[in-house]
Amino acid sequence: MAKKRFFSMRPPLEGLRAAPGWKRALRQPRTRLGAAILLVLVLTIFLSPLLVPYGYSQIITVDGQRDRGAKNLAPFEYSQMEREAIARGETIFPHIFGTDELCRDYFVRVMYGARVSLLTGVLATLVVLVIGTAYGAVAGYAGGKADLWMMRLVDLIYALPDTLMVILFSVVLDQTLMEHIAGTALAKLGSNLLSLFIVFGALYWVGMARLVRARVLSLKTDAYVLAARGLGAGPWRILRKHILPGCAPVMLAAAAMQVPSAIFTESFLSFIGLGVQAPMPSLGALANAARGALGSYPHKLIFPAAALFLIVLAFNLLSDGLHSALDPRAGR
Amino acid sequence: MVWYAIKRVLLAAVTVFLVAAITFFAMHFIPGGPFDTEKAIDPAAKAALITRFHLDRSVPEQFLLYLGNALRGDFGISLKTGRDVSEMVFGAFGVSARLGGLSLLVSLPLGAALGCLAAARRGRAADRAVLLFATLLAATPGFVVATLLLLVFCLKLGWFGVWSAQGGGMFLPVVSLALYPAAYVARLTRASMLQALSAPPVRALRARGVREGAVLFRHALKNAAPPVVACVGPMAAYALTGSMVVETVFTIGGLGSRFVESIGNRDYPVIMAATIVMAALIALFSLLSDLLCRALDPRVEFS
Repeated sequence: MAKKRFFSMRPPLEGLRAAPGWKRALRQPRTRLGAAILLVLVLTIFLSPLLVPYGYSQIITVDGQRDRGAKNLAPFEYSQMEREAIARGETIFPHIFGTDELCRDYFVRVMYGARVSLLTGVLATLVVLVIGTAYGAVAGYAGGKADLWMMRLVDLIYALPDTLMVILFSVVLDQTLMEHIAGTALAKLGSNLLSLFIVFGALYWVGMARLVRARVLSLKTDAYVLAARGLGAGPWRILRKHILPGCAPVMLAAAAMQVPSAIFTESFLSFIGLGVQAPMPSLGALANAARGALGSYPHKLIFPAAALFLIVLAFNLLSDGLHSALDPRAGR
Repeated sequence: MVWYAIKRVLLAAVTVFLVAAITFFAMHFIPGGPFDTEKAIDPAAKAALITRFHLDRSVPEQFLLYLGNALRGDFGISLKTGRDVSEMVFGAFGVSARLGGLSLLVSLPLGAALGCLAAARRGRAADRAVLLFATLLAATPGFVVATLLLLVFCLKLGWFGVWSAQGGGMFLPVVSLALYPAAYVARLTRASMLQALSAPPVRALRARGVREGAVLFRHALKNAAPPVVACVGPMAAYALTGSMVVETVFTIGGLGSRFVESIGNRDYPVIMAATIVMAALIALFSLLSDLLCRALDPRVEFS
């Protein structure tokens, strides 16, 4: 078996860790800042709801009684009933971001909204990553006529106006999907989120496919790939073991850019009323709901908007750092 | 160049056709028909309606009929208001065109100027400020920018009326629509200028003692222009979709807010018409900017 191991040649710079530019990317202050912001955000988003004793759709109660006064509280403000309970010596967990118009704790809602937005972005990116990589790798490796026709399709899809298509699909799928998914686990996700993923799977993969194809084209003529082919490795094995690891940095940088784009798209859809369904919050949905009483409760817009901003900023910094490390021509 | 132009026009035409086809067939997937009412319809009236709207034909045939009518500017009537759709869409278009045009007039020169400034002062305070501005704006969704501007300048400071669009006050809408593209153009111009400035001819110019201003604006800017010109197409697309947000926030009755409204009402004929018109506009702008780009730099490949 030792002989076989020898045959399994890898790119000269092995795998993800030593791929070109990888270390340089990690040394960039931008990448580090982005990663640090993201780490803090993820920890806050996923851990803090465990510490706060409220649910995202839970209406605030005091001693088992519905607290009708806990409506639209300012950050760290207590309602009448809560103040009385505190005076009696009970401990009430403060409402860090206040409460909303249905007496729900706003902090928990923003945290859950951030969770939904983040997961939407990451899931949509995974869809794009898988489809785009598979398509681009096959087209690039196959070459010739197959490549030409496959890329024609990519050009065509690339020319379609993406935002309009997302809206269109959301409108249509909203009406058609609901009956089919009723009662399944997908129903909880809602048809709008589902159609967002479908649209990303159908349209947004083309950018990734182009990048991966270009990288595969340049890698497949490298000496080590020719060596592997000469030693009798099949096309799938070459793609998987020798070429795709070399594409990883490009894929990663593109994926880091895709996440904020997906998050923006979701918040935009929420804005025009096609986003995540109530009572599940998303940052876009929360910020939009806040527009109604903007003058009286501006903090309801500020908190989700700030969370959205931080998430997107973190991913932008990350992909920026990766890009400029990978592309020596990019400015500083 | 001629070949390129022909290919590019064909691609644009195919794109618009494709969008129209996707829109039409997707809309036919939606369950429910025009006669799904509780009241029984007089069979004769029903038959007349069916022939009037060609509902007895197959769906592809109906699509061709729709396309033919659309090319003549007839998009049917709105389900909600019963008004002529093309009248609604094209009437609203003027408002959006003014908003989008003004915002492009602001964002392009502003972005280009900031980008040039940053590239000329690379690594210094001005450069850092521009980069910071661009990075922060790139992370803020359009509707948040628009809403924050509304909150600060209309509600808190009271400098503008909330219903500003009526009084000719397009200022805030134009600003909120222009900020993001301006940041984008600034980044792009900066990167492109830096690349142009690092080219050997620029060194030769400097060695010959050409003034820095002339190097920047007479020589480097020309070489840095194509990528910036190429982004005008996508920017027009942004101005259109962005106007959905801005028009809704500032309650301006343009194409964007009509579109959002029709989505809320599930007014399918209006959604279809607006989608097709906007797709055609986007295709037209990206066509123009690609052709212009090619004219500026013949080395650009068709991709």
